Amino acid sequence: MANIKISEKNLKTVKEICKSFGNKGGEVINVLHKVQGEFGYLPKEIQEAVAMELNIPVSRVYGIVSFYSFFTMQPKGKYPISVCLGTACYVRGAEKVLDELKRQLKVQVGDTTSDGKFSLNVLRCVGACGLAPVVMIGDKVYGRMTPDKVKDILGEYND
Amino acid sequence: MVKLIIDNRPVEVAEGTTILKAARQAGIHIPTLCYFELAGMNFENKPGGCRVCVVEVEGRRNLAPACATDCMEGMVVHTNSARVLNARRTVVELILSDHPNDCLQCEKNGDCELQALAKRLGIKEIPFKGTQSTYKKDCTLSVERDMDKCVMCRRCETMCNKIQSVGALSAINRGFNAVVSPAFEEHLGDSSCVNCGQCVQVCPVGALTLVDNISDVAKALADPTKTVVVQTAPAVRVALGEEFGMEPGTIVTGKLAAALRRLGFNYVFDTDWSADLTIMEEGTELLGRVKKVLNGEKATLPLFTSCCPGWVSFFEKNFPDMLDYPSTAKSPQQMFGAVAKNFFAKKIGIDRKDMVVVSIMPCLAKKSECAREEFAVNGNRDVDFSLTTRELAHMIKQFNLDLNEMPEEDFDSPLGSSTGAAVIFGATGGVMEAALRTAYEIQTGKTLPRLDFTEVRGLDGVKTATVDFNGLGVNVAVCYGLANARAMMEEVRNGNPRGFHFVEVMACPGGCIGGAGQPYHHGNSDIIRKRMEATYREDAGKPIRKSHENPDIVAIYKEYYGEPCGHLSHEQLHTHYYDRSTKVEVK
Repeated sequence: MANIKISEKNLKTVKEICKSFGNKGGEVINVLHKVQGEFGYLPKEIQEAVAMELNIPVSRVYGIVSFYSFFTMQPKGKYPISVCLGTACYVRGAEKVLDELKRQLKVQVGDTTSDGKFSLNVLRCVGACGLAPVVMIGDKVYGRMTPDKVKDILGEYND
Repeated sequence: MVKLIIDNRPVEVAEGTTILKAARQAGIHIPTLCYFELAGMNFENKPGGCRVCVVEVEGRRNLAPACATDCMEGMVVHTNSARVLNARRTVVELILSDHPNDCLQCEKNGDCELQALAKRLGIKEIPFKGTQSTYKKDCTLSVERDMDKCVMCRRCETMCNKIQSVGALSAINRGFNAVVSPAFEEHLGDSSCVNCGQCVQVCPVGALTLVDNISDVAKALADPTKTVVVQTAPAVRVALGEEFGMEPGTIVTGKLAAALRRLGFNYVFDTDWSADLTIMEEGTELLGRVKKVLNGEKATLPLFTSCCPGWVSFFEKNFPDMLDYPSTAKSPQQMFGAVAKNFFAKKIGIDRKDMVVVSIMPCLAKKSECAREEFAVNGNRDVDFSLTTRELAHMIKQFNLDLNEMPEEDFDSPLGSSTGAAVIFGATGGVMEAALRTAYEIQTGKTLPRLDFTEVRGLDGVKTATVDFNGLGVNVAVCYGLANARAMMEEVRNGNPRGFHFVEVMACPGGCIGGAGQPYHHGNSDIIRKRMEATYREDAGKPIRKSHENPDIVAIYKEYYGEPCGHLSHEQLHTHYYDRSTKVEVK
């Protein structure tokens, strides 16, 4: 079987989190939740370390990570973009905004740009339906979005 | 008891019985696909996912899956109403809409449960045109995976995790992209897979199949410069007949030898012969370890058997701290290969490179075992190719032969004679019983009062017994299924509280008779039971039933090996194990 290649620091973090859940296999979802909170995402070696610490097959860990859309194996960008595809945003053209973001960033939903700057995701309703369609970058909300505005708002993050 | 009506017929069943089983009891056979059971062998897969078994329950809005719905008092069930038949057909049509229709070239052609279902429902066209799954094909030395054909029944996942505790396979992704896969969709060969192949045995379709070596063997047979030697495992002779329409449990030993000869093998030998040899080596090793402990010296107990390559791979991957527990004796397949290419090649005056050794095995793991580096000399394997029972059946048919019409012939000499002790290697508990027959007589110097150790027979997953060796109580355990083996290893690691001296482990349900290379049993555990009965029938009918009384075994020690566990035996008939566990490399 292939070996696990992981940094000492990351292994220590995983071990501590697993231990805080009693190293119980049944806690794997809670553990993954916490571990993703720590690292921002769940790369292969982190999943392998979780499996080892909880003494469960790594196939099961990957099965869970690949099933729940909450879990991700992609590192988040410096500025995570979320496009609302809730009903209100959708009927007011959110998909066109999303397509424009995909085109300009050259990424698909769930991916991160190669420079690590932006990651693109979709979600359902941020509770600002009056401003539909809504895009969030980090914690900042952009309302009444149109494809034309995409270039400008991305430009705000030229650091 | 619960009373209900199924298709206008009153049925009475025990509480907790599913509609599926209640209907079967009433002679109504609801079709299934994902559902799989080995009755009495602790294996049941019922995710209720495929919906092929849906039935109409009066008073319920939705159709109910019969495999996962318990009978209730007064229930009125329809298994063949227009609504049910329509839904069932739609379900199968939808499954087929994402299934390659290359049945003619499929390994499972004729053995496929989806094919049988489509035939039974009379499906003539698939009205739905949708996306087709496209996954990378993958294979190990034993197992091929073509997940485009996967129907997500999850039988393999249940087998791999619950019964084998191997954990190589898991359902991944969701919705249309859901599939069964190793972690990170990497190669099965890089995972915790031990090549037991039970996923192949339970797969209803052609998603998981064996690695076919028929053409390799046919090529060797056609090569006039090669002397091709064949050995055939104990469990093959009680199952091969099924592929030719014979009743399960038919013994075809003589016909098998005749068929192999007609295929063109130069020497038709028997793995049973090397099973007797295994008993000599393993039995001697057991007695050696027990004697050491009795003399107050250090020795590792219990001794675990090492005949099963799935099990060997399993402990190498999962118990690297316990590699000194299993017997160092090679498996009968590899002992045979070593004897054939060392002793027998010399005897008939040929170079080992000009000899091809083929094994016929009930097993997929044997394909990986014979490829292990330590079982080759300068790249020349002791056993060149391993064919399964199913492949042999195909080969016999390809060579225009019918097993039914074969005469009864004997194996060739000198690697062809065997005892009843070797025959029972094929069933769970058999290696144990064979070893006890020999170890008892060697240790006590007395003749066994009875040869049948019934306490280690039968289809229970774990069996234990204490055998009286002239005042010395020998504690033995027998298990099949690697989850049972894991529990046993953990118990031993935690101090061996039950004081076991000797433990037999077989990976497959019921032992080799339920091996992954055997004819598909499609979940009918009666077939495994009948193969087991045949195994003990064959044993009872043998004139010699103790390995150490096999005259050809006695002769080879006299002529060649000297003594069991002697110097030459250690060189040729024993092996060592490797730590193949996952390790952490800290960067």
